[in-house]
Amino acid sequence: MTTTHTYDAVIVGAGGAGLRAAIEASDRVRTAVISKLYPTRSHTGAAQGGMCAALGNVEEDYPEWHAFDTVKGGDYLVDQPAALLMTEEAVDAVYQLEHWGLPFNRTLDGKIDQRRFGGHTRNHGEAAVRRACYAADRTGHMILQTLYQQCVKRDVRFFNEFYCLDLLFEDDRVAGVVAYELANGELHVFRTSSVLFATGGYGRMFRVTSNAHALTGDGPAVAYRRGIPLEDMEFYQFHPTGLYRLGVLLSEAARGEGGIVRNAGGERFMERYAPTIKDLAPRDVVSRSIYQEIREGRGAGPNGDYVYLDLTHLDPAIIEEKLPDITEFARVYLQVEPTREPVPIQPTAHYAMGGIPTNVEGQVVMGPEETPVPGLYAAGECACVSVHGANRLGTNSLLDIVVFGRRGGAHMAEHAKDAGPPVLPDDAIGPTLAMLDGFLTRERRESPADIRRELQDTLFDEAFVVRTEESLTRAQDTLADLRDRYETLGVQDKGSIYNTDLMETVELGFLLDCADTLVAAARDRTESRGGHYREDHPLRDDANWLKHSLAYRKDGGGVRLDYKPVQMGPYIPMERKY
Amino acid sequence: MTTAGEILQASDRREVRREPGRVPLTLKIRRFNPELSADSWWDEFTVQADPFERLVEVLHELKWRHDGTLSFRRSCVHGVCGSDAMLINGRNALACKILVKEVEPRVTIEPIRGLPVLKDLIVDMDPFFDGYRTVLPYLVNDGGEPSEERRQSPEQRARYDDTTKCILCAACTTACPIFWGDDGYVGPAAIVNAHRFIFDSRDEAGRERLKILSEKTGVFRCRTTFNCTDACPRGIEVTKAIQEVKREILFERF
Repeated sequence: MTTTHTYDAVIVGAGGAGLRAAIEASDRVRTAVISKLYPTRSHTGAAQGGMCAALGNVEEDYPEWHAFDTVKGGDYLVDQPAALLMTEEAVDAVYQLEHWGLPFNRTLDGKIDQRRFGGHTRNHGEAAVRRACYAADRTGHMILQTLYQQCVKRDVRFFNEFYCLDLLFEDDRVAGVVAYELANGELHVFRTSSVLFATGGYGRMFRVTSNAHALTGDGPAVAYRRGIPLEDMEFYQFHPTGLYRLGVLLSEAARGEGGIVRNAGGERFMERYAPTIKDLAPRDVVSRSIYQEIREGRGAGPNGDYVYLDLTHLDPAIIEEKLPDITEFARVYLQVEPTREPVPIQPTAHYAMGGIPTNVEGQVVMGPEETPVPGLYAAGECACVSVHGANRLGTNSLLDIVVFGRRGGAHMAEHAKDAGPPVLPDDAIGPTLAMLDGFLTRERRESPADIRRELQDTLFDEAFVVRTEESLTRAQDTLADLRDRYETLGVQDKGSIYNTDLMETVELGFLLDCADTLVAAARDRTESRGGHYREDHPLRDDANWLKHSLAYRKDGGGVRLDYKPVQMGPYIPMERKY
Repeated sequence: MTTAGEILQASDRREVRREPGRVPLTLKIRRFNPELSADSWWDEFTVQADPFERLVEVLHELKWRHDGTLSFRRSCVHGVCGSDAMLINGRNALACKILVKEVEPRVTIEPIRGLPVLKDLIVDMDPFFDGYRTVLPYLVNDGGEPSEERRQSPEQRARYDDTTKCILCAACTTACPIFWGDDGYVGPAAIVNAHRFIFDSRDEAGRERLKILSEKTGVFRCRTTFNCTDACPRGIEVTKAIQEVKREILFERF
C-alpha cells in the first residue's frame, strides 16, 4: 500500500539544520519534516563544546577574524565568500537562539559567556581567542532542544521514523521523495516542488567514530544515485580526542578550558608540533601529531596505541561546571576519574567536510558551472557549501547548521511559492520497491553486519588519518568485493513492523556509496591538505590541487571525478603554521 | 601533589585489569511481534561479552549474529540521544549506559512500561510526546526581541540548569506507577520540561504552565515515590523539580 502526500516543502532530517530550515519554511508554506529518528534523537544533540560567533563579550573580536581562522583552518579549500557570510551572520544567529530560550552559560554581567576553541584566534593567528558561545559541554543538546521547542510552538508536521529512500524528478526539477514508514513497512510518496536534505554525516563507515549508528549518509547517497555529484568527499575530519576504543567524543572544549594532550611519557607533545597555540591547534594537526607519537613508540597502553587527555591540573569545580558530560563518559565507559587521572584517547572519525554541493542559499548545484537543481536543497553536515574546506574548525558545524539551515529553509519556501506542484513520475516507487523486495525475498546467506564490519575496518585501516596510494588502492579493491556481496544480501526479518534489519541493510548500501566516493577522491588527490594526509605526497600543492573534487556515479557503478575551482577572496594561501 | 608519571602508572594498572577477556552473559529478553503472535514471549540468549561492552552493543551482536528480527531503538549509544530506554533487571535505564560487568552473568530486558509495545523493546512514544506538548515546552516572551542577548545572571541561569539536561528518553515517566495506572497524568518528563521554563527568568508563561499542571492530570498526581529520579540517566533530580512546581502552584494559589 502506498500513500501519497502533497506538501509545498519537504525537509529530510530533523537535526539542527533540518529543524532550523523547518522553522523558516513552515512560517511561509505547507511544510513536512521526514525523519528516521524522533527529532530529539538527532546527532546534533551530541555536539558538545560550543558555537563560535564574534560577539566580543569577553574580549575583542570581529567576524572578519573568525572568517580568516575558518579559511586558514580549512587549509584554503574554503569558499571564502561563504565563510565571510557565515561568520558575519553568526552573531545574529546566536542572539536568535538566545531569544528562543537557549540556556547559554553567562558572564557575571549576564551576557553570553565565551571560551577558547581550537584554531580560533585573535587578529589572524596571534593567540587563542574566546569566541565559542556554549552551554556547559552540551551546546548541541541545547540547540537541538531549542529548535525542536520552536517547531512544537509552530506545530510543524513531523513524519517520525520515516526513511527517505529515493528522490523523484519531473524532467530536471524536483518532484518529491519516496519514504519508508518503519512502523508498518508502507511506502509513502511525498509530492513536492522543494526538498531539503539535512541528513547529517556518514561516520559509521569507520570502525572508530564519534557518530551515532544512524549516521549512514542517506541524503548524499540518495542524491548520488540520482546523478548529483558529491563534493570534497576525501576531506573527512578525525577528531583527536575520542575515548579509547569507543570513539565517543571528548570535546575540544576540554582543551579550551586548559586540558593538555600527553604521550605515554607524560610529555606535552603539541609544544613540538604547534608551538604557538599548542593543544588548541586545529583537529587535523592534533590528530596527525597523535598518530606520529604513536608511530614513534610514544603511545600508551599494552599496544601503545593511545595517548592521554589530561585534565588533572584543572580546578575540579570548573570541570564539574563546564565539562560535566565528558567527564561522565570517561567515568562510565573507561572507569577513569578525569579529575585525578588522564583519560586514554585516540583519534575518532567525526565529521564530513564534503557532501552534496550547495551555494550559500542552500541550493544544490551541479558541475563546475554550479547550476542549481530546481527545488533541491541541502544543509548541515550532508551539504558542502563549502565553509569548512579541507578541515572544519571546532564549533563551526553548529554555526553552519543554523546559518545555512535558515537560508535553505527560506529559499526553498520562496521556490515552492513560485514553482507550483510538480507532476510525479510514473511508477514513482518502482525502484525503491525493487530494492526492498530484493532484500526481503533473498535468503540470508551472510549477515549484513559482516559486510559493514569489513567496510569499517577497511576505511579505518586504509583511509583514516594517514593514507597512501597503496592503502587507498587496497581499500578500492575491498569495496568492490563488498559491493558484489552486498548485491546478493537477504535479510532475516521478513516482516513489515519495525523491520530495522531491512533498514540497516539499506543504510549499509548508503555507506558503501559514500565510501566509494571518499576513497576514489582520496586516491586521486596527490597532495596533503587539511584532513586529507597522503604520506606519499606530504605537502600541499596549490598549483595543482587548489580545487574542489566532484564525484559522480557512473552508470553501472564506479566513480567519475571532476573538479571545480575554489571561490577565493581576501585571503591568499600561505603556509599553515600554528 | 601527584605527578603525571604516577598518574599514568595508575591508569596503566587498570589497563591490565580490564583485559581479562570475555565473560558469559545470559540475556532474557521479552519479545513481541504482532505479525507472529498476539502474546509476548521470553527468549534467552547466552553470549561471551567483553565486561566493558555496553549492553546495547551486546543487543546489536545478538541481532546481527543470531536473530535479525530482534528490534530495539538506538542511535548515539553514549547516553545523549535517549533512544534506548529499557527495563533492565527491573529498573529503567539506557542500554548504552549499562556495561556488561554491571549485570553479568544474567540480565533481564523488557520494554519500558506504560506505553503500548509495538515490537520487542520498541514502544509507542506518541503518548509520551503528547504529554510533553501540553505544557508549552518552549520559551514564551512577547516583549519584543532586543538587538543583543537578553541578560540573565549566572544565578538565574543556574536556577533551571538541572532540568535543561532532559533528553526526553521517557525513562522517568515510564518508571512512574501513577503514569502506569492513569491515562491522563502528564508524567515526570513533561513536568521537568515545564520546570525548565517556569524557572527561566526570561520566560513569561509560567503562570499558564502552572495552571495546566494544577489540573487533575498535573503535578498533584505525583506520590513522591522517587522512581523517576532513580531512573533518570541524566542525573536530573526529577522529584525535586516536581516538588518545586507543586510549591510554586500552592504559592501562586491556583
